[in-house]
Amino acid sequence: MEWKVFFEQAPSGGVTYLHWMMSGLMWTLIVSSCAWVIAFTLGSILGVLRTTPIKWLNFAATVYVEIFRNIPLLVQMFLWYFVMPEVLPAELGDWLKQTYPNLIALPFAQFSLWEFTAAVLCLGMYTASRVAEQVRAGIESLPRGQTNAGLAMGFTLPQVYRFVILPMAFRLIIPPMTSEFLTIFKNSSTALTIGVLELTAQSRQIVEYTFVKFAPFAAATMLYIIITLTVIFLMRLLENKVAVPGYVSQGGH
Amino acid sequence: MGDFDFGIIVKNLPFLWSGLLFSFKLFGIALAGGIFFGTLLALGRLSSFRILSSAIGGFVNLVRSIPFIMAIFWLYFMAPEIVKYFTGQQGEAIGPETSAIIAFIMVEAAYFSEIIRAGIQSVPRGQPWAAYALGMNYWQAMGNVVLPQAFRNMVPIMLTQAIILFQDTSLVYVVGLKDFLGAASKAGQISGRIVELYVFVAVVYLVICFGASRLVKYFQARMNAGIR
Repeated sequence: MEWKVFFEQAPSGGVTYLHWMMSGLMWTLIVSSCAWVIAFTLGSILGVLRTTPIKWLNFAATVYVEIFRNIPLLVQMFLWYFVMPEVLPAELGDWLKQTYPNLIALPFAQFSLWEFTAAVLCLGMYTASRVAEQVRAGIESLPRGQTNAGLAMGFTLPQVYRFVILPMAFRLIIPPMTSEFLTIFKNSSTALTIGVLELTAQSRQIVEYTFVKFAPFAAATMLYIIITLTVIFLMRLLENKVAVPGYVSQGGH
Repeated sequence: MGDFDFGIIVKNLPFLWSGLLFSFKLFGIALAGGIFFGTLLALGRLSSFRILSSAIGGFVNLVRSIPFIMAIFWLYFMAPEIVKYFTGQQGEAIGPETSAIIAFIMVEAAYFSEIIRAGIQSVPRGQPWAAYALGMNYWQAMGNVVLPQAFRNMVPIMLTQAIILFQDTSLVYVVGLKDFLGAASKAGQISGRIVELYVFVAVVYLVICFGASRLVKYFQARMNAGIR
């Protein structure tokens, strides 16, 4: 049986190929979670800025979104990883290339801190542009009267956002946010191009070492599906838990 | 940044151009194939024939839950095996380009089928019933009544998906094909000037995709004006 391949010894480190798969899965989850923190935080700020009446902030957020949305993710990955250390001032660039990668040794990884950081920054800042659009759409779907009522009650604009608009908007955008998280999780596979050995990279590596083709890809595919289903399930729970009575929850994605 | 060398871009322009042409070719094939097979998948998924609709649903969800690169690898490594199994020929019969094209059509068909399904469902149920009542068969009702209205509703979202598809064509880099990014990467390795080449690629993609998204907005506004 092909599946026995996972219990064979891998060429390095005295571990089995199963260990490679698990380390790949772990790094996929770590990279996508770290990137999601950036994407969600930055994306929320940008999304809010795109709805504010302050012209230049609004414009700056729009420029960010258009730039990051209209360059392919893979190209952005190369810009962060290859181009960034070259265009920074010489000392900083050298520090990034020589000192920074050895600051911490990553566990179970055959790549350095710099590959990891570049991948997280790239995925996070790319997805922030998409999250920003969802946040903006969520805010714009609320009736204008809510903002006006808040202002009429004597709230300042930041208070209106904090206490009136955002609590509603963030509940409404849970389904699109779920699919954005799943997108970041799938997109994390592009990190393999700069050497991050995540799940897709590990399954390909096993195929190349063992010439067994079906089992490694099938196992990786199943792991992706299991995580996707788990995320969808958890987000449904969250959506039901925070649902506002009287507002019909749409469900689905 | 002071020593940005435009000369290296000019010198490699013919090579980069051939890469961009390949990107457009892949985009065109994947778009046409994706919409064609996506329509068939959407019709199958909406059919009352349970086994067909759930099999297609399973396929679409499977493709949509794995990374695009994973799908490219599946085809890249497995397509030669499948050819060998059916024809007995050695696996070289299918190269990276063909396997990438198949992977793109497959993935895009899955994504487009979801868009098209939503489009078909946005057409009122009375429309196909009226078509059947007039004596049309299934293909006449779908082809002449339902799909034209459905496609009209989905033009904006399909164009947006097309822009995403164009960006995704850069992923064929992972199987070593010389698309726009692959060509720039190759030229960068040879000349040692990756900064110039990657920045150039980014700017060209930005201009194309930003321009296209403006066009989409413009058409959307015109269509909305036409309806009101």
